[in-house]
Amino acid sequence: MPGPPTRLPRRLRLLALVPLALVGALLISGCGGVESNVLTIYNAQHEQTTDALISAFTKATGIKVRVLNNDEDVLTAQIEQEGPRSPADVVYTENANWLAQLDQRGLLAKVDSSSRAQVPAQDNAVDGDWVGVSARVSVLVYNSHDLRPSQLPTSVLGLADPRWKGKIEIAPAETDFWPIIVSVARTKGQAAALAWLKGLKVNAGSSDDIPDNETLTSDVNQGTTQLALINHYYWYRLRAEIGASSIHSALAYFAPGDPGYVEDISGAAILKSSRHQSDAQAFLSFLTSSAGQAVLAHSESFEYPLHPGVAANPQLTPLSELHPTPFTPAQLGTGLLAEQLLRQAGLI
Amino acid sequence: MASWLPAGGPAPRARRPGRERLIVGAGALVALGLLAPLVLLGLDARDAGWGEIHRVLFRSRSVFLLRHTVVLCLLVAVFAAVIGTAAAWCTERSGLPARRVWTVLLVLPVAIPDFVVGYAWHSFAPALSPLLASTLVMTLGTYPLVYLPVAAALRRADPAMEETAYSLGVGPVRTFFRVTLPLVRTAVLGGCVLVVLTVVSEYGAFEILRYQTFTTEIFTEFQFDSQAAGALSIPLVMLGLLVLSIDALVPRRTAARTAPRRVGVPGSSVRVTMAMVLVLTALVGLGVGVPIGTLAYWMAQSHQTTLPAAATLASATWTTLKYSAIGAGVAVALALPVAMMSFRRTTAPRLVIDRATFVTQAVPGVVVALSLVFFATYYAYGLYQSSLLLVAAYVVLHFPLALVCVKSSVAQVPARLTDVGRSLGVGPMAVFARVTVPLLAPGLIAGFCLVFLTAVTELTATLVLAPIGVQTLATQFWAFQSEVAYGAAAPYALVMVGLAAIPGAVLGLWFDRERYTRRPVPIAA
Repeated sequence: MPGPPTRLPRRLRLLALVPLALVGALLISGCGGVESNVLTIYNAQHEQTTDALISAFTKATGIKVRVLNNDEDVLTAQIEQEGPRSPADVVYTENANWLAQLDQRGLLAKVDSSSRAQVPAQDNAVDGDWVGVSARVSVLVYNSHDLRPSQLPTSVLGLADPRWKGKIEIAPAETDFWPIIVSVARTKGQAAALAWLKGLKVNAGSSDDIPDNETLTSDVNQGTTQLALINHYYWYRLRAEIGASSIHSALAYFAPGDPGYVEDISGAAILKSSRHQSDAQAFLSFLTSSAGQAVLAHSESFEYPLHPGVAANPQLTPLSELHPTPFTPAQLGTGLLAEQLLRQAGLI
Repeated sequence: MASWLPAGGPAPRARRPGRERLIVGAGALVALGLLAPLVLLGLDARDAGWGEIHRVLFRSRSVFLLRHTVVLCLLVAVFAAVIGTAAAWCTERSGLPARRVWTVLLVLPVAIPDFVVGYAWHSFAPALSPLLASTLVMTLGTYPLVYLPVAAALRRADPAMEETAYSLGVGPVRTFFRVTLPLVRTAVLGGCVLVVLTVVSEYGAFEILRYQTFTTEIFTEFQFDSQAAGALSIPLVMLGLLVLSIDALVPRRTAARTAPRRVGVPGSSVRVTMAMVLVLTALVGLGVGVPIGTLAYWMAQSHQTTLPAAATLASATWTTLKYSAIGAGVAVALALPVAMMSFRRTTAPRLVIDRATFVTQAVPGVVVALSLVFFATYYAYGLYQSSLLLVAAYVVLHFPLALVCVKSSVAQVPARLTDVGRSLGVGPMAVFARVTVPLLAPGLIAGFCLVFLTAVTELTATLVLAPIGVQTLATQFWAFQSEVAYGAAAPYALVMVGLAAIPGAVLGLWFDRERYTRRPVPIAA
């Protein structure tokens, strides 16, 4: 039997009422509804980049914005599942293939032609349903203690060579990898692309399911592995984060026109179901304007702005000096082919 | 946890059958609400169809994941049991100086979320293998779950038994194994059950350390195919239920309740004391020093642009406070009828309701979250992405913690006090407010603190359920750290640890106050 209760000091007893009062007050103030005039953005771009863009946009237009952040594959699936009830007004992805997929399902509205005219035509959807915002290029990152530039493969297909066994890591669930797979499949055929993926899987061994490009980049830099395939800006972001003195890695480009040398377009689109069409158009217009593109160029996003009048971050090799494969985003289409090949290779 | 349930309440009292029925009814409703995620999980799996379940579960990867999960659980349970028991012996049975300080320091890892410890160790020692790093991080994060009940059991047990053994010429080592250990066996087992349940449902730390278990796999599948994620939850829940039932089957001896105040334990030799201080310092250094030190390092390292704006940090802090406090308040309020019900009388339905509410301990956060998403999208779209679902998840997940605390307080309220109040002509509501609530105060506060600190550091369910535009400290930390923006992530983790440390300290006081109750309470990380 428990002993007789000892009286608590009166002040301590009153403490019990504090949580109750707190909860009551919070319940009244807390679970309120969402303001109806707020623009909702489903964002798969890096949060810091999008936050910088949004605060500049709100400052310029007074339009309030709320954001749902997640990976682009998750957000695409979510929009498809939500259908016409989706709370999203704008979707902003790292790779255009997800916008192409939503477009194919008939979920997107036309982007104003004035916004589309602010970036090169080949970086937009052919039917005008999404607009390009920034560009990234796929590159090799290698550990500069382990490898010299002359030892590196000049084609992405060379990564499946047995001499890289145990020396590379891959991130199949990282959606930046998917346009490269599509590019290889379009150039060399699906059978060759599948064989290449299986070769990569063997070479990566137990490191065949690294979660993302950030991890790949930092692993190469720390010497956990020697080589990985990423988009260029992850390496610049890592350098900005940890400082140049902690960098033990470097970037290398493939031979001009190689199927692994892909220019990816990060883009945005407006949902047909959005009840804030004009605000949504205003946001896309801002993203592609010189003011919005300047935010990209001056932040630590390290992506290439698409607006012809805005120069990229001076640390980057100018886009005009790069020679990626001539595939446009429209030619690469949706990422469904990549997903199918990855499943066949047993990588996802 | 079943192991801390008191054997029986005060003598049954037959009075006011109408009110009694009301309380049992309320208890039954709470239990049904808590079990709803399991029902929803079943519906979700039925929707997915047998073909999908078969595809996801009966493949070689499942064997691999099961082996990974079980191996890690066993390793962490063994290490946490050894460390937790040894630390408890040091603070309760040895001549350790500054005992009070150590009891607080040793429990501190509870306030640091495992995914923060994982992040710290990963950036501090990236070369550790995933299994080694996961074992280390989870052991450092969960040994307090063993330490707390064992320390409480030792405090309750009469040291005279050990003294008798010493006086009969039995050495300290043999005394420990033949006298002390049998006394705390139940507490060690109960702690291990909590450790295993924590390891089974952990996501963040393993994602960072790249150790794959069923929970990390659910998140990966959720990206491509939410139905496959539902199917993958089945083995996870079964594993949890298995652990709970093993715990329920273990026979228990009621510990001696002749607890005197701590009597002077024969002082240990200087060399032994020095060794103890060194080992405990190392333990606290690894479990608390490394994470806090790493966070401070990244704070100092980061430059202006990667540091988050103060406004974001403040709003994330406020959001975290708000949801955690509401969740904790609701959990404590719901625990009250269940606690009162099971103490008034022990009947089969009351026992079933009582035990049913503990089952949610076996259900990982991600499963509860997925079941609520399923519920909202299919049956109540108005609730979809609302803060209500997030709060509901906190309540379901942390209810058992609230219940254990409230129960131990309810046990202290003698019926005669409320009867006296009533006989003096005071109305039932006034008696409740003026007699019952003040007597329950410590338990309510402890329950609130425990749920609050657990909710502040919750990541998995929050990631799935946080409404659009809502960032908590945990989700912001997670977003930045997954971008390797360690500097930007650090302040969120520091505030999170700070917020959790305050109720943690209140709890520490509550545990050490055996003047009020002699029953230990589990803590979940």
